[in-house]
Amino acid sequence: MKKTIITVVGKDTVGIIAKVCSYLAENKINILDISQTIVQGYFNMMMIVDTNETEKAFGEMADEMDTLGESIGVIIKCQKEEIFDQMHRI
Amino acid sequence: MINLYEVTETNKMIEEENLDVRTITLGISLLDCIDSDLKIVNEKIYQKIYHAAKDLVKTGEEISKEYGIPIVNKRISVTPVSLVGGAACKTEEDFVGIAKTLDKVAHEVGVNFIGGYSALVSKGMSRADELLIRSIPKALSVTERVCSSVNVGSTKTGINMDAVKLMGEMIVKTAEFTKEADSLGCAKLVVFCNAPDDNPFMAGAFHGVTEADRIINVGVSGPGVVKTALEQVRGRNFEVLCETIKKTAFKVTRVGQLVAKEASKRLGVPFGIVDLSLAPTPAIGDSVADILCEIGLEHAGAPGTTAALALLNDQVKKGGVMASSYVGGLSGAFIPVSEDQGMIDAVTAGALSLEKLEAMTCVCSVGLDMIAIPGDTKASTISGIIADEMAIGMINQKTTAVRLIPVIGKGVGETVEFGGLLGYAPIMPVNPFSCDAFVNRGGRIPAPIHSFKN
Repeated sequence: MKKTIITVVGKDTVGIIAKVCSYLAENKINILDISQTIVQGYFNMMMIVDTNETEKAFGEMADEMDTLGESIGVIIKCQKEEIFDQMHRI
Repeated sequence: MINLYEVTETNKMIEEENLDVRTITLGISLLDCIDSDLKIVNEKIYQKIYHAAKDLVKTGEEISKEYGIPIVNKRISVTPVSLVGGAACKTEEDFVGIAKTLDKVAHEVGVNFIGGYSALVSKGMSRADELLIRSIPKALSVTERVCSSVNVGSTKTGINMDAVKLMGEMIVKTAEFTKEADSLGCAKLVVFCNAPDDNPFMAGAFHGVTEADRIINVGVSGPGVVKTALEQVRGRNFEVLCETIKKTAFKVTRVGQLVAKEASKRLGVPFGIVDLSLAPTPAIGDSVADILCEIGLEHAGAPGTTAALALLNDQVKKGGVMASSYVGGLSGAFIPVSEDQGMIDAVTAGALSLEKLEAMTCVCSVGLDMIAIPGDTKASTISGIIADEMAIGMINQKTTAVRLIPVIGKGVGETVEFGGLLGYAPIMPVNPFSCDAFVNRGGRIPAPIHSFKN
């Protein structure tokens, strides 16, 4: 399974999760895990998603998420899971 | 599964603490470009490098995007040019022609430096070696991206003092040839003892003759990450301090290992080594000197500096070794002056002298690095400084290097600006007493007794 970590950071507002999830659903990207907190008014979310089914190339998806983030006023980052696995698991 | 805390920690290192992969360096052997016809040599070199490296920059950018980790430099190292051009080059100009070919292909494939305009003369110089060394000032003044290095000593062979003398002269000449740009040429010229064959860092990278046809070597960085981790353990004892550095170095190096493996897979080139390095940049918060301050010094250079640096260097290696399947290169903490804001501050405050820097090089990689000295420093004095540093390397069985910049037209108290990653530096005073008679003896210093291990 090809897993990607999506992080969303920014000022909290209505509909952040909805917009991100709609994009993922439209592109056949399955959500495996979500954790989310609000720290001092700042929205902080991490999603682990499965990108096996999507037809989008990684770069294209990352660029579109970036644009989506700009439209909501948050920063959305897509990174392949391996960087976190490598750093935090032996 | 990965959790929010871990993801946040990694991204904080990248976004706020300047964690990056400093360089992916593609080593390319040019031994199969040797020919007695100079035109053919140049053509073969161009073709081989172009085809081997045409996807390097693009691949580096893709990896960077997918993992969200900056890969600052993509570079190339090649077989020492004195070996490649030896059969064809009859004059210094012939070697300069090869330097121009290297520069041209570096521009076309988009790498910011190409290393390997080098000669390995730790025991003696061939005619080609000497021609290449004498061509360095011209080569560095007519090219932009070519880096040069000369290995003048090793634990196994001793120190070639004829080469040391010659290099002092060539450094001064390079400074003069590039005086319009604050003697910038000298920032691309390194003199080594025990030079490694697989170093990914410039200006001293070359592709050793012991290496495969092509190889990927990666240099990691992250002084800011170590500094931030140490802020959490202020006032704690050395055990806690060392454990913290070790764990942080492990994490930093794992990223390098990931990038190296990935680059190797995508380019179809074997993975060589990860260089376990703490390499600073002039950016605020990306300083090795700041780590020394965090360990407990008012400034780098204060009493205790050598001990602090020794433990830092050792813990970085201990943490890094387990994080990577192959380690090599220079591995350790780098202490360039102009490329480290904390070092610059220490020099400006009067805390750090050339002599203290020399002591520091005994316990870390690599040597007297990116140090601006007065433009009227004599060649023999520079040779004396090189000899001292080479002796440290030879006796301690470690790599040492000298990258001094005598800034023509400037003196102590003035500042020189190199720009970009090379930074800026206050000009440091040099001991004014002469070593002419020592340097002019000629010949070589024999290998030390502990080199005879057969």
